[in-house]
Amino acid sequence: MKTVSSLLDSHWYQRYKRISQLNIRSSIYDVTNRCNLRCKGCFFFSSGEDKVAREETDPEKWAAFVDKEKQRGVNLAILIGGEPTLCFDRIEAFYSRMPTYCATNGLIKVPRERFPDMMVGISLWGDEEDEKRLRGQNTFRISSNNYEGDPYTYYLYTITPNQIGRTGQVIRKIRDAGLKVHMQLLSNDEAVDGFSWRQGELDDLRAEMDEMLDTYPDTVISAKYYHQVITTGKMLDRQFGWKECPSVTEPLDNREPKPRRLIHFIRWASDLETMHRCCTSATRDCSTCKDGAAHMSWIMVNKRAHMRSAEDLQNWIEVYEMFAKLYQFLPW
Amino acid sequence: MQQELTLQDTIEGVARIIIDELKLEDVTPQTFDPDLDLIDEVGVDSMDLATVALVLQDEYGISIDEDDYPKLKSLRLIAEYVLAHAPVKS
Repeated sequence: MKTVSSLLDSHWYQRYKRISQLNIRSSIYDVTNRCNLRCKGCFFFSSGEDKVAREETDPEKWAAFVDKEKQRGVNLAILIGGEPTLCFDRIEAFYSRMPTYCATNGLIKVPRERFPDMMVGISLWGDEEDEKRLRGQNTFRISSNNYEGDPYTYYLYTITPNQIGRTGQVIRKIRDAGLKVHMQLLSNDEAVDGFSWRQGELDDLRAEMDEMLDTYPDTVISAKYYHQVITTGKMLDRQFGWKECPSVTEPLDNREPKPRRLIHFIRWASDLETMHRCCTSATRDCSTCKDGAAHMSWIMVNKRAHMRSAEDLQNWIEVYEMFAKLYQFLPW
Repeated sequence: MQQELTLQDTIEGVARIIIDELKLEDVTPQTFDPDLDLIDEVGVDSMDLATVALVLQDEYGISIDEDDYPKLKSLRLIAEYVLAHAPVKS
């Protein structure tokens, strides 16, 4: 029988041991239905998820809800929206109770005196030209000013087909602002002209993502195996899609055969009662979904499948480390 | 009258379940090291444990509290847990 120590040398074994006990159990929470931007391709608004549930506004109900989530075993709250920074009291309900990550467009600064070490992920959809076209304004100018040098903040850079050959200039600007960056791919939910992926482009992008990681290792938080999986949609000869996705809300998951999945994962709407199907919109075609978190989770929940060779297991370790760094379970 | 479960029998029974459920290769219930760390060495995770727990429940009539999963790190520890929680036979 193959064991971890029979596959890894002592260096890799130590790295494995550092993550094997983490047991991260995340869920995702829509903090609000409102946003201060309306981006073309934002799954939340394009799929009408902003209208499926009313917003709970009572801070005490949010606090009681988070207590129940903690009892359910959740130990990482991922806050999305709408724009969570429109509702700091709701963010505080999570932050005061468990490790919390807040996704934001960065236009409003998270007050660090109130949330000193909360992880913040700022969405970025390309360079100035793409940002203006898809989001109506160049958010980077404001967000980089708000968060310059912040040790608990990184950019979540959603790469569009237009960005191929141009990611370096974006990453250098992020580096110069003293921040980190993680890359994912646009799923183009609203079919904006020129923003859908073609196979050749994905091959080129994978090479470019690898190059960015090699060139800016202190700025880019990523892993080459993640680049491979997210650009090809393939992992160990398996194809990403509805039958494989690990990020489906557990009580709504009636798939057979049961795939490997995130234990107890739920994506909650902001009424604290309604559950969404998965970590992104239910209207999205899973076969073309490029969601970064879903793809990295797909790798992470398939640990034993990666125990067929030392290289496969090392790839798994690097992706798990990347995830742990993004949510500060490991230092950068 | 049914025979009392022994620790050795239970270790082999648990090993058989784990090998079958997790489709482990190149190992038998007899060759499976009862003290091998299932999490650190075999790569078992909480979803695997949940799968195994369901079968253990059917086979031995026990239910395993999810909070106890981290303690169940080897065949021996699982077997001891089974023996400690199995219904008393009359």
